[in-house]
Amino acid sequence: MAIVSPGFTRRRQSPDVQLPPGQYLTEDFPVLTAGPTPRVPTDRWEFTVGTEAGQKHTWSWQQLIELPAEKITTDIHCVTKWSKLRTRWKGVSLDVLLEDVETAADFALIHSYGGYTTNLPLEDLLDGQAWIAYRYDDDDLTPEHGGPARLLVPHLYFWKSAKWVRGIQLLLEDEPGFWETAGYHDYGDPWREQRYQGD
Amino acid sequence: MSHVDGNSLAGDLREIFAVDLTVATGQCAGCGYKGSVATLRVYQNAPGIVARCPHCEEVVLRLVRGRDRAWLDLRGTVSLEIPLES
Repeated sequence: MAIVSPGFTRRRQSPDVQLPPGQYLTEDFPVLTAGPTPRVPTDRWEFTVGTEAGQKHTWSWQQLIELPAEKITTDIHCVTKWSKLRTRWKGVSLDVLLEDVETAADFALIHSYGGYTTNLPLEDLLDGQAWIAYRYDDDDLTPEHGGPARLLVPHLYFWKSAKWVRGIQLLLEDEPGFWETAGYHDYGDPWREQRYQGD
Repeated sequence: MSHVDGNSLAGDLREIFAVDLTVATGQCAGCGYKGSVATLRVYQNAPGIVARCPHCEEVVLRLVRGRDRAWLDLRGTVSLEIPLES
């Protein structure tokens, strides 16, 4: 008869929780950063969408928060293998921000205050899949978690949900971002475990 | 004879990368600052290791470890001066 000490069992997970392959559940909210945390006052914050034709669409902080916002409850999956369930956000859908932007682009390169970039297909930003989020758990988004505003695109690994977002460059050709040029997967679907190039 | 293939680098690179690179002197591609690798600002709580210039904070080195390989990106470094035994 096998004796199993409870101390050596895996972290208990409810049977109805399904995580992407290789992920474990966390209850806290780890802070990952590739550099110093930018502190961007909202009176100096702006968000710009640039098209492949050179047109620019810019929103101030006040203009952003006056747009129709949504409350989003979603699971998030970090490529470093933690997943967090039912995180609660408030933000503006990219469908709203891109509604009046004329473009033939298929790709987007996200730019952040502090210099971070990440790339994804434009279609992954549309149809209710992505937001500019500025509230988390009923509070303003803190700088450590990307405040005043971050991209939220939870169906991809969380490095695509760029903190301190300041703009989107729409492109005809794919242009890999910060981690995508350093070995990480170009697309990053957690359910297909696309962590690294070649996965 | 114009060039040979990269296999010819094996001996030289093995010698260089077998040493402790933290004592090497790197030059930042962003601001030109020269300093030892040991003085870089390294951010490890991230999907990879990111080292930044202590002078201008630009990224000078990124190292990502995958399951069976690593990616070393040095585009932010102009050069590395590596002390060797004479």
